[in-house]
Amino acid sequence: MTDWRPSCTLDVLATRADMLAETRSFFAAREVMEVQTAALAAHGVTDPAIESMRTADGRYLQTSPEFQMKRLLAAGAPSIYQVGPVFRAGEAGRWHNPEFTMIEWYRVGLDGEALMREVADLVDALLGPSDYDRRAYVDLVGVPVDSTPEDELDLRISDAIAKLKPARVFVTEYPAPQAALARIEGGVASRFELVVDGVEVANGYHELRDADELRRRMLRDNALRREQGLAEIPLDEAFLAAHAHGLPDCAGVAVGFDRLVALKLGAESLAAVMPFPVERA
Amino acid sequence: MATYATNEFRAGLKVLLEGDPCTILENEFVKPGKGKAFNRVKFRNLKTGRVWERTFKSGETIEAADVLEFSMEYLYTDGEFWHFMKTDGSYEQFAAGAAAVGETQPWLKEQEVYGVTLWAGDPISVTPPNFVELEVTETDPGLKGDTAQGATKPATLSTGATIRVPLFVNQGDVLRIDTRTGEYVSRAQG
Repeated sequence: MTDWRPSCTLDVLATRADMLAETRSFFAAREVMEVQTAALAAHGVTDPAIESMRTADGRYLQTSPEFQMKRLLAAGAPSIYQVGPVFRAGEAGRWHNPEFTMIEWYRVGLDGEALMREVADLVDALLGPSDYDRRAYVDLVGVPVDSTPEDELDLRISDAIAKLKPARVFVTEYPAPQAALARIEGGVASRFELVVDGVEVANGYHELRDADELRRRMLRDNALRREQGLAEIPLDEAFLAAHAHGLPDCAGVAVGFDRLVALKLGAESLAAVMPFPVERA
Repeated sequence: MATYATNEFRAGLKVLLEGDPCTILENEFVKPGKGKAFNRVKFRNLKTGRVWERTFKSGETIEAADVLEFSMEYLYTDGEFWHFMKTDGSYEQFAAGAAAVGETQPWLKEQEVYGVTLWAGDPISVTPPNFVELEVTETDPGLKGDTAQGATKPATLSTGATIRVPLFVNQGDVLRIDTRTGEYVSRAQG
């Protein structure tokens, strides 16, 4: 008989609901406004390590709501957050599902340090309070970042992160080539990740505001895509124009909600906390 | 020869790793949020039983191994090889060497059915059933009425294996043995 039932228990669904309600009251108390942007858009991300899913009409399911949320900020929106589904092609495994729920928020006027404190507050609210450590990227990989191939760095950081348990650790001072959309200060990216019990749960930036630098990074992404035989992604001119108009000084972060639910429940995989993970969706 | 890409890796897949046939035990997709994806894979080497861990970049491929497992009846040994016969009615016979028989050798009993793994047509491992029944060929005389809990003595079985048995066991008794632990379970019924 066709196995139609959800893969997680109804108790898990209740925990998800509680954690979603807790997230919304957390932001309401801090006067961060909830927004909803389009999951289906004309452009996708250029990042060579992230593959968008394309629909039959040539549009892209969003891998994160970042581009449109930044357009809202450039249009004058105050601090905003969003909780919703994002999509990434080819990411399936114990801690990955091609569709997952992301909590993403932007704080106008805050920098990376202040945002890290807020991330810790949210995680405390959802998982219970704990201490937070801090480790520099270069210390975790244990090799010089300038002379080590990026593939090896990715492998080393993944192995190092998986060993950070039990613990809550902010990883900071990412190498400049891994800045993504963070600004670069003092030769390192103003980017942080939060690792909880060996699992990456958050990735945050003190956001890049320079429109010319943004275009250079997107063009470099496409050059890397060409080298790796990946499809080039047309640049999102609306996103670039918003930066030319002016993005306020802000810090933003994305948190994997499903992973937090799994960590809260001590589950061994995302499939255990999602009603319909990819293999039965 | 067929190959498998990392996205086809799954537990139970038989592949060639460094020239040896292996079965995939676990395949974990690993990807830093803003980094390249790869697969951390655990293999069991089917010749040695050892577990290997290797990391592959996503999209890498690995050669498939022509490995199949069959149920086969154990027939006899000629001292160098142990001979098995398929139970599927084909009566096809295979000769397994000492390396393939390995630790299963003390539990080989004629007419019993074993799992035999073939690589390119040759036996590379033999798996016993969880329980076998074997006759005691030599042990000290049984002590009637000895109910001392946990007291044991050595007994030699028809296959040459020596195990610890309770004091009441006699020569000629047929014993049920757990092949996973090599321990006495009970006297066989009837």
